[in-house]
Amino acid sequence: MAGIGIVTAQCAHFTQPLKLKGGGLLPAFDLVYETYGTLNAAKSNAILVCHALSGHHHIAGHTADNPANIGWWDNIVGPGRPLDTERFFIVGVNNLGGCHGSTGPASINPATAKPWGADFPVVTVEDWVDSQARLADHLGIEAWAAVMGGSLGGMQALQWTLSYPERVRHALVIAAAPKLSAENIAFNDVARQAILTDPDFHGGHFYEHGVRPLRGLRLARMLGHITYLSDDQMAEKFGRRLRVGAGSYGFDVEFEIESYLRYQGDKFAGVFDANTYLRMTKALDYFDPALDFDDDLARALARARAGFLVVAFTTDWRFSPERSREIVHAMVHNGQDVAYAEIDSAHGHDSFLMDEPHYHAVVTNYLKRVTL
Amino acid sequence: MTQMPERADFDLIASWVQPGERVLDLGCGDGSLLKRLIAERGAKGYGVELEGAAVLAAIGNGINVIQGNLEQGLAGFDDQTFNHVVLSRTLQTVRHTERILGEMLRVGREAVVSFPNFAYWKNRMAVMAGRMPVSEDLPYEWFDTPNLRFFTLLDFEALCAKMSLVIRERQVLDEAGRLVLEEPNFLGSLAVYRLAR
Repeated sequence: MAGIGIVTAQCAHFTQPLKLKGGGLLPAFDLVYETYGTLNAAKSNAILVCHALSGHHHIAGHTADNPANIGWWDNIVGPGRPLDTERFFIVGVNNLGGCHGSTGPASINPATAKPWGADFPVVTVEDWVDSQARLADHLGIEAWAAVMGGSLGGMQALQWTLSYPERVRHALVIAAAPKLSAENIAFNDVARQAILTDPDFHGGHFYEHGVRPLRGLRLARMLGHITYLSDDQMAEKFGRRLRVGAGSYGFDVEFEIESYLRYQGDKFAGVFDANTYLRMTKALDYFDPALDFDDDLARALARARAGFLVVAFTTDWRFSPERSREIVHAMVHNGQDVAYAEIDSAHGHDSFLMDEPHYHAVVTNYLKRVTL
Repeated sequence: MTQMPERADFDLIASWVQPGERVLDLGCGDGSLLKRLIAERGAKGYGVELEGAAVLAAIGNGINVIQGNLEQGLAGFDDQTFNHVVLSRTLQTVRHTERILGEMLRVGREAVVSFPNFAYWKNRMAVMAGRMPVSEDLPYEWFDTPNLRFFTLLDFEALCAKMSLVIRERQVLDEAGRLVLEEPNFLGSLAVYRLAR
């Protein structure tokens, strides 16, 4: 079935200050969002899709100016697709601190009339959820039929059920974790160090210098990309294949995997904001709902009222199935409603974005239990 | 593990579950038993299932199904979380027999176990005639069976004694699903046990 065609982003402006977990207030802010499908009269069919590290509000369809600008999760949203726009009203939002239109480090700080840069606060998953709740108010949505996300997006779905238990009926938490491991934080810090030590970073105020820390951002993305794939998949896709004319015993691109990573790094560095990248990784690192409950995840999740679908992928080593099972077992301990699927997939952490029929069928089947 | 539309052992199991009790169904398939226990008995049910297709079906049936491998035990499930832990027609497919029985009574107060009786008279007849039995309760050919363990009521009860498990109740059914009251190890095709520590 065809996708949803041309989509147009909207912008909501919020003038009520937002109190941030890290302290401080954001005086006013914009959230850019897209919607697909129709909100029903009872406003009971809305699904919020939260994005991960590098995502944004443009989930599905394509923009009017560019048919190739297809949303990042288009394969799961649309008529007849798992997030069926004939049945559901889907909302995608660019998170606060992002670089796709919502207020972020590149936005103008009203206090200085210059870009926020390094002065933009570090925002947390909790802050995002609070800002998304404002968007729900703006759209007249009292309770989401479901909140869904993969990776960092899954953490937001989980946090929604804790921050606003009465406003989420179902949470689809995919390729996520209840908190990052030390190894995961370590990867994030290497990525941050690549950006922070780039001479073009200028302490985060690079905008006024007319430069961007492209080298740092590129390295950060290359590292991240390695962790999103699986060893098997890399071996299959690239192996040790050399590019034509390679074998020069130098340091130019020789192996296909090098070429691929450099391409991905350049592509990303060309469009993404370094300050946003720093903040997204910090939000990941800080997320830990059990911290205030003596590391007892079951107690932390006890206030959730939503039914949960938790999904993990066998080759995902960045957010491994074990981490998803922690969420599942905490919920079973509490007697909460949870279903868990562990999907066989070769694509590592990136599996959650793939058009894998069994995975999509699991989402479709779960959403059957959502009453409208 | 196998799914038949009407399963006689389900009637017995349903009669043992009290309203509001928590049930864990190991090898829950598409969730038929849990669906029934939730609808008829008001139970709070969870299932564990390994096969992706069955997990998919159970999710579609609205079941709290958790994909996992019983051979790895019930790691992650807390002690004494469930009133009943059910293993319906699945014990014969499990390699680590003692471990799974021990795990069931770790996470639950009661283990409900049903399995095909290899000493059922028709099975004995088949072997006497020189062929491995194929029946209602042992519906596979020897070369495609998921069953790893072939045992009888007496074998199972000897294992329970060895593990110091208490048999609270035993019901035995024939191939038509009727209760067998005499010579159960000879006339019974399917046995259903309630076990405790």
